[in-house]
Amino acid sequence: MEGILNIVSWFLLVFGGFLCISGAVGLLRFPDFFTRMHAASVTDTLATAMILIGLFIQAESWLVQVKLVMVLLFVLLTSPTAGHALVMAALHAGLEPVLPKQKQASVEAGR
Amino acid sequence: MYTAAAFAVLVAMLLALFRAFAGPTLYDRILAVNVFGTKTVLLIAVVGFMMGRPDFLDIVMVYALMNFISVIGILRFFEYTAKNVEVREE
Amino acid sequence: MKTQTLGLVILLVIFWLVNSGHYTPLILGLGVASIGLVVLVARRMNVVDEESIPFHLSRELPAYYLWLLKELVISNYQVVRRIWQFGLKLNPAIESIDITQDSDMGRVILANSISLTPGTITTSITAESITVHALDRSSIAALKNGDMGARIRRLTR
Repeated sequence: MEGILNIVSWFLLVFGGFLCISGAVGLLRFPDFFTRMHAASVTDTLATAMILIGLFIQAESWLVQVKLVMVLLFVLLTSPTAGHALVMAALHAGLEPVLPKQKQASVEAGR
Repeated sequence: MYTAAAFAVLVAMLLALFRAFAGPTLYDRILAVNVFGTKTVLLIAVVGFMMGRPDFLDIVMVYALMNFISVIGILRFFEYTAKNVEVREE
Repeated sequence: MKTQTLGLVILLVIFWLVNSGHYTPLILGLGVASIGLVVLVARRMNVVDEESIPFHLSRELPAYYLWLLKELVISNYQVVRRIWQFGLKLNPAIESIDITQDSDMGRVILANSISLTPGTITTSITAESITVHALDRSSIAALKNGDMGARIRRLTR
């Protein structure tokens, strides 16, 4: 049992690390601000959850576990708010999302 | 295994820093700083476990709070002052 | 308002006890003082109501969280696949979608759930519609046909 839990937590930690790097690579590769937001939210959600749950399994006292859960909930609750504030501010300042050419007409109608 | 996770988070932080330097708009930089802050939260938690001192989690919580509030604060600041600053992509 | 205040006090007491870890008279006294102050300030600000402490949701919430977790994993996979593919093939789109939530709470939960799942982000929200920016056009179609709205309606009923 102990061994299985250890393997699960290692997997979660390493895979969470991989997702962290993926999000950062997306942050560098994606072409404009709005698409970069999507890459950033990968790190904010699943990567954070995986690393913190991996630590949760390793934690020895329940006080530490409760704190880990609180950190996770806090990050999950605040990241959409911060993201929404960023997008609102960017749109407000006149930043336009880069869209494929042929779809331009339907976008104008949609807004 | 903690070392691997900490290393991965550090690499991701480095990449986020590149984006913060490269820009090109103000909002890309703020986004990169936000990502950098989330990674810092993870890094402190992992390093705390690595050194066998889970008390670091208190610092993690404070840092998560600070990260959120600083992003909102910076956005609020630029909402009122960025009118004269060129924020569009060059 | 009465039950909400009581709930806030209980939550804050648990929060303090879990975070402190020291149970000496001095620390506990400081805890009582700060909880009293927080409750007083919160009541003066008029933020202690069903919106800030939504107990009526708590029975349905765990099932919704589980469903949201499943959605999170799926959409994370889609975004990560796009990040690592050769020669970026993105098809970003921005479009407004009609919503059928009749409560403010439902609208906020919907907007935040959309922002939380990678690949889609809410850019603005009105009483009848929300505007969504998506990494791929297909995720907007998925949102239109998906059951996220129906689930949140059931949650906030």
